Order: sequence, then structure tokens, then C-alpha cells
Amino acid sequence: MSERRDLEVIARLVPEGSRVLDLGCGNGALLALLRDTRGCSGYGVELDDGHVIECAQRGLNVIQRNLDEGLSIFADRSFDVVLQLDTLQNLHRIEPLLRETVRVGRVGIVSLPNFAHWPNRLAVLRGRMPVSKALPYQWYDTPNVRFGTLADFETLAQASGLRVLDRFGLHEGRVVKHWPNLLASTAVFRVERG
Amino acid sequence: MGSVGTVIPQSFELATPLPLKSGAVLPACTLVYETYGRLNADRSNAVLVCHALNASHHVAGVYREDDKSAGWWDNLVGPGKPLDTERFFVIGVNNPGSCFGSTGPTTPNPDPAAAGRPWGSDFPVVTVEDWVDAQARLLDALGIEQLAAVIGGSLGGMQALSWSLRYPSRVRHALVIASAPNLSAQNIAFNEVARRAIVTDPDFHDGHYHAHGVVPKRGLRVARMIGHITYLSDDVMASKFGRQTLAGALAYSTQDIEFQIESYLRYQGDKFSEYFDANTYLLITRALDYFDPAREHGGDLTRALAAATAKFLVVSFTTDWRFSPERSREIVKALVENERDVSYAEIDAPHGHDAFLMDDPRYHGLLRAYFERVAADVDAGRAERRAAPRPARVPPGDRPTTPSAEGSS
Repeated sequence: MSERRDLEVIARLVPEGSRVLDLGCGNGALLALLRDTRGCSGYGVELDDGHVIECAQRGLNVIQRNLDEGLSIFADRSFDVVLQLDTLQNLHRIEPLLRETVRVGRVGIVSLPNFAHWPNRLAVLRGRMPVSKALPYQWYDTPNVRFGTLADFETLAQASGLRVLDRFGLHEGRVVKHWPNLLASTAVFRVERG
Repeated sequence: MGSVGTVIPQSFELATPLPLKSGAVLPACTLVYETYGRLNADRSNAVLVCHALNASHHVAGVYREDDKSAGWWDNLVGPGKPLDTERFFVIGVNNPGSCFGSTGPTTPNPDPAAAGRPWGSDFPVVTVEDWVDAQARLLDALGIEQLAAVIGGSLGGMQALSWSLRYPSRVRHALVIASAPNLSAQNIAFNEVARRAIVTDPDFHDGHYHAHGVVPKRGLRVARMIGHITYLSDDVMASKFGRQTLAGALAYSTQDIEFQIESYLRYQGDKFSEYFDANTYLLITRALDYFDPAREHGGDLTRALAAATAKFLVVSFTTDWRFSPERSREIVKALVENERDVSYAEIDAPHGHDAFLMDDPRYHGLLRAYFERVAADVDAGRAERRAAPRPARVPPGDRPTTPSAEGSS
């Protein structure tokens, strides 16, 4: 989700002038894009010290917090859009956080690396764990604590009481509408409180 | 990165009495201050540094070239440092009630009945708000309508927060570091122990010890010792001192110094009692206790902070148990609920409360990045004003007793 074209696809999902909360905002590239091109405001939440400094350099509001500790500092429905891009795979307690996402935001936009993308399937068929742009780590040295697929998230969203407004695949900056669970390296969902 | 070099303190006399939050009035007040860097032509690059309990206006630089110790925040303030004096005009002010040159318990009481004796314990109780009002008078005199930023750690952070509430239009950025929206009961308790140590010292004489030619040093030592314990983390004490003993063999004495930590605390206490005024210690710990902007809003901090319009940077340190991260998060939460611009960092440093004075690279890296943003704001504002010029407003009233603020570094 660091490629400019991917960020632009996500940015187009965010209405102009929205109040935005970006959970796991990294170096703030998306928040800066939303501020500069769509007049959005809001906050990023990030744990990494270096990323917090980069956000400050960009003049963004960033709040250093471990997402596994929840979103208690944010009030109900205080944001138009809550972004949670490529963070789920790093967290230990994702169900509570998904519920928090749709509590504090009217709409949530969630993305995750799609483990069912065909090159990953092929790698596993060959008996090896995949290493790719979306999953760039060796199995023994990775910040990811779990893998999931586009189809898996659909099930989790329903089980967690989220309504899926829209879903699609994303691959190298292109939206994948057909067979996204097979053909896209990243799964994107737009959700709201069910 | 350099030093601001040799600095000279200046003084400024308030033209009119200073009304205090308690209802009392400070009839005459002199503020001692230092400045570093140059005020730009449209007076928009000023940064006020607020001091905490035992510090002063001497923020950076030295008084003589062979001075062994520099100002208390010299690692932050200077040319090329995170608070860069080549871009900002930095001001340090000694607060009224302190003992480093500004009017306080050690200066003569103007009441004729006092016959020129020091104020002593008759000095009125001062609050964070009173200090901010006094600082605002100095800025008026310097012709500074709006601060690019106000910054402080601990009690200094409370002043930065208070600035954003009392003078919202005069603060563009507020940096509140290792601070809290008010003191917890535990914190007030520590202060009370320190105060009792001072006032029960037989040399205290109801706060008029100067008339007796003595100083309640024993009380000051104990006050400093307990304070010092709370500024350090358990871990840093363990790694610095552990259970190291002074001598190899144990003396089995209840009076002699046995452990290194005892020696360290006694040394700190002795040093402190030589230069700090006991009445000032009472006053400043009381100012800490009283600070509570939510009090006037039924305890609702969100409502209290609604007045602020500044952009905020709030910083806490993971091992600071005296002003814990939870307390800083209360400030952040209240600002977020008011939809204010705020960034918050929790620095994983081992030094406890004292970490705010250290130069941890993550901490100083963040402050550097933030001040670059403040400087960019200053530049943008100047460009805007050049496009639409308007006369600078210099308010009447107070005037500095020493000449121009420029070139004082």
C-alpha cells in the first residue's frame, strides 16, 4: 500500500473535505495526499517512532499509540472515514479493532494483503511460503502475525457485525473487479456498522 | 550545532500591579529574562520557553566563557539545535515567586511596614495563570503580539497549556511535554511531604528565616531528596546505583551512608539547599497543586480546552511515573474531542520524568521536525503579510527597562 497509484485509488474512496482517521498511518503519505488533494483533515495513529517523526515533518497530526490498545481516545462517530490499510496482519486483536473502526467512523476502509492471490497459491503448491511485493517478508522474519484472504475477510466482517458496502481487489495500482480473490495482491473493503 | 554563547540576563518592570488569581495583587514586579536569536521584522518568530520547578530564565548559553554549566535546556536551544536560534527568537523568563532574580520571597517587600525586609512567606500565592499573565506583559513590551510557539516541560508544560487557554490568539503552537492537566492525589502528596519537611525545620521561623540569619537547609534537603526520587525511574536508579555500597564491607550503622543511592541523594539535597529558596519551593509546589483548568468547567477537560486554538504537540515518556503518559493522553483526548490539531508522541526512554531534559534522539528528532513545521508556518505568515501589509500594533503600557530585544545573544 505504499505505491502512489494504490494510494490514489484509496484516496478516491474518501469524500472531499472528510474528517479522517488513519489507523497505522505509517509515514503519513496517504494522509498528506488526502489533505493536499481532497481537503481532508484528521489524525493518523502510528506506533513506530521513525514514522511519527516523518508525519511531523509532513505537518500532519499523528498520535503515537499501539492499536492493540484500542481507540478509547476517539468518540463515537467522530470521523467521516476511518482508514485501516494493511495493518490487520500486524495486530493481535483485530475483531475488537474492527468494531472500534465502525464505532468511531461512519465508514471504514480496510485493506489487507490477499494471501489467495494466485502467485501465493502457486508458491504454496510448490511447497514454499510466498515472498512478494505485498508480502515482502521471509516466513521466519516478518512483522505479520496472520495471513488472510479477500474471501476470509468477508466472513470476518459479517461475524464482527460489519456491513460490507463495497469490496474489490487492488493490484499494482489497478482496481481488480473480476475474480479479485485470485487476481489481486491486496483486498480492499468499504464497511460500516451493521 | 553550536551554543548561543555568552548571554546577559535582562530585566523588565511591570508598569502596573499584577492581579493574581487568588484575588491578591502583586504591587510591583520585576521579571528577569534572557533572549536568544533575533526577532524578525514582523515579530512573528518568537518562541517562549517556560521553566519548571527549579529552573530559571537561563535556558541556554553561558554567563562567562569559562562557565562550566550552560542553561538548563542548552541541548535543545541554540544555532542548528532543534529549537534553532538562527530561525527563532527564543525567550526565557524567570517567573514571579521564584528565586533567580524576578520578584519573589527573597526580594524586599514594598510594604512600608516591612521596612525593606524580604517578602519571605508574606509573598502572595502565585499560580500558573499568574505566571502566564506576567509573561504576556513582557511580550507586550517586546511588541510580540503572537508567539510562533510556547514550549515547556512538566510545570513548564502546564504554562504552555495555560497560554493556549488564556491567550488563544497569541499562540500558534503549544508544545506540552511530560506534563499533566492537573496533579494526581499522589503527586500532591509528594509535594506536601516536601513542604512539611521545610516548614517543620526549626530554622524556618514561619518563613522569615532571613531575619534570623538562617536558612531551613535541612527541610530543603529532604524536599529535594523526595522530589529527586520521583523524577527518576526505578530502572534508571537500579542501573545507576543498584545496591552498590560506598565501602566494600557493611558498617551495620543506621546513621552512616551505606548505599551509593543515599550518598547521591544527600549530595543532590546539599547542593539544592545552597541555592534554592525555601519559600519559593513552597510557592512553586503550590502552583503545581492548584493548576487544574478543568476545575472551572465542572471537571470537564474537553470543555476547558475548547478555548484553545493553537496547534499542539504533546509528548510523554514511558518511564515517567510522576507525569505519566496516561495524563498526557487526557490532554490529547480533550483536544481531539475539540477537533484541534494535535500530535502526540510517547517516547520510550528509560530516564523517568527527567527524560524531558535529555537529548534522546527520537525525542529531539521529533522536536526538530515539529519546529521545522513551526518555522514553515512563520515563513508562510510572513509571505502572506507581505502580500497584504498592515501596521504592526505595539500595545501601550509596560516598557522594558533594558534596550532592544535584538542582538541580546
